[in-house]
Amino acid sequence: MAEELPGTNLAADAAAGEAYPAAGQPLLRIEGVAKTFGTFRAVDGVSLDIKAGEFFALLGPSGCGKTTLLRMLAGFEAPDEGRILLGGKDIAQALPHERPINMMFQNYALFPHLSVRDNIAFGLKRAGMARADIATRVGEMVALVKLDGLEKRKPDQLSGGQRQRVALARALARRPQLLLLDEPLAALDKKLRESTQGELMELQRRLGMTFIIVTHDQEEAMTMASRIGVMKSGKLAQIAPPRELYEAPRSRWIAEFVGDINLFDGESRLRDGHRLVIGTRDAGTLVVAEPREPVGAGRFAVAIRPEKVKLSRRGPVSEAGRETAINRLDGVIADICYLGGTTTYKVKLDTGGMLQASVANSARTDVDAYSLNQNVVAWFTPDDCVVLPS
Amino acid sequence: MMRKVSRLSRFNIASLALGLAFLYLPILILVLYSFNTSRLVTVWGGWSLRWYREFFNDRAMIEAVWMSLRVAVASATIATLLGTLAAVALSRGERFRGRTLFSGMLYAPLVMPEVITGLSLLLLFVALNAERGFWTVTIAHTTLTMCFVAVVVQSRLGSLDRSLEEAAMDLGCNPVRAFVAVTLPLIAPAIVAGWMLAFTLSLDDLVIASFTTGPGSATLPIRIYSEVRLGVKPEINAICTLVIALIAVVIVIASLASKLSSSQGESAAPL
Repeated sequence: MAEELPGTNLAADAAAGEAYPAAGQPLLRIEGVAKTFGTFRAVDGVSLDIKAGEFFALLGPSGCGKTTLLRMLAGFEAPDEGRILLGGKDIAQALPHERPINMMFQNYALFPHLSVRDNIAFGLKRAGMARADIATRVGEMVALVKLDGLEKRKPDQLSGGQRQRVALARALARRPQLLLLDEPLAALDKKLRESTQGELMELQRRLGMTFIIVTHDQEEAMTMASRIGVMKSGKLAQIAPPRELYEAPRSRWIAEFVGDINLFDGESRLRDGHRLVIGTRDAGTLVVAEPREPVGAGRFAVAIRPEKVKLSRRGPVSEAGRETAINRLDGVIADICYLGGTTTYKVKLDTGGMLQASVANSARTDVDAYSLNQNVVAWFTPDDCVVLPS
Repeated sequence: MMRKVSRLSRFNIASLALGLAFLYLPILILVLYSFNTSRLVTVWGGWSLRWYREFFNDRAMIEAVWMSLRVAVASATIATLLGTLAAVALSRGERFRGRTLFSGMLYAPLVMPEVITGLSLLLLFVALNAERGFWTVTIAHTTLTMCFVAVVVQSRLGSLDRSLEEAAMDLGCNPVRAFVAVTLPLIAPAIVAGWMLAFTLSLDDLVIASFTTGPGSATLPIRIYSEVRLGVKPEINAICTLVIALIAVVIVIASLASKLSSSQGESAAPL
């Protein structure tokens, strides 16, 4: 903890304080960290680099080890193997109170016997800060999370959203080099969660702090994080920015976990320039773009996101000339799911498979809408497809 | 939470009244007769505080009361300390080998017949050649009441969110400080309730005390019991009334404390 001048602006402090490495500098390095509980390998050789100023999300289904990894960063669990380097120093075996890292707990873990003010001041008192400085810092924090006027309340006199803010203020008060957030928005209702997402991102940018968030909600991770690490069975399956994760998932599992996707198993038949021709069982022959890392012959899955699939009554119209390159599939509408902004159609293909297509409802009237059992043509370009190892 | 209060049926009222009468009628009669003028226990001779005066002039009886109070305070305090430590070790410590056995052994005295506890302690004190009196009774009562304290404190600890302690450590407390700053204030009502429980148990106990006490250091229950064997004096009624009043007060405070404790627990729980 660096003790800055009292009464100064938090963001300026955060940027100027030497405790904070400049944005973009390496801050945290996780090297081959593993943790076993009994015979269950919760975290299995995870390596990860986090730069200062990053908003990193650990995404995965429950039981994938993301929370265990976070708890090892906070110091509540010690890794069995590997190193955790913060600013070059190995902290893997350091106790929680010895680390310049703070955590926001999933259930907030507010001290029920202390007021909002005392909850926020708790960590500052432990740091041996002077009384006047504590008061100033608490004031800043209260203003930062917009809790003015509630300082004397006890946690049980607050709403869920207010408690979440107190927990955030308490975790931020010590100005940690790294803030860990364990499912911070899980307990909030949808509307509040969305507005809080925005506020968290705003706050992180303004303070220039490094956030690591753990979540099982892929939308939340996509919205907030600059990079996402997808975890599966204790391993990091892919680390990528949200767009790359969504558009170029590295495995079939990731493709299915992040967002909706159509998958067709098949075998490559032909290579034509940078196009692959893949014969699938359920969707006939598909022409797809060669992936960035060239693949050999063998079994593949062709993945296509529902919103990349276009529907029409007669077939692709305007893209004349490129006709040969376009995948065109005939079928009938088998199911319609109206979602407001978009409508998801399930198309029963003549070749036997099911194809999901998501169509934006860009007009109020439904002249463009398809009806059940209507014959349609679904089409998409080779570049819309992702080839995944089967 | 709105729960619809179901109205009591006639049968329920009758059985409740009978049950309460069965429990409290004897005590009511005892209290009533402590204000009797007559020396005869069975004959009502009008209101009087005569037996209370008599009691306060009875040196032996006052000494027994004093002895009982000292034993109760000392044993309750030691039992609370040990019981709280045991509860903390059982619910917060790492899982150690034989933990289930240990907690089972801690709770065994709850169901152990007092005669056995008393006799075994007596044999121990005799074997150690300890002089029987205040300390032997205090130790015996500590043995008896410690497990009650442990049960009360452990149930409170069990309902406490562990992430509270983690949050305290995360915010700069070492494990001991985290316990003192966060856990202790939150389980304090349970500790107080445990002390009160131990205090009343010690005050009530006749069997274990009569096994472990020595000549000249009789506790109040022993004293009362030996007096009654020579015939019931109305003075005994007066003493018993006072004891009942004291215990009632302590129990009310203890239940208020544990109520306070559980209402704090609700606020500690996540939504």
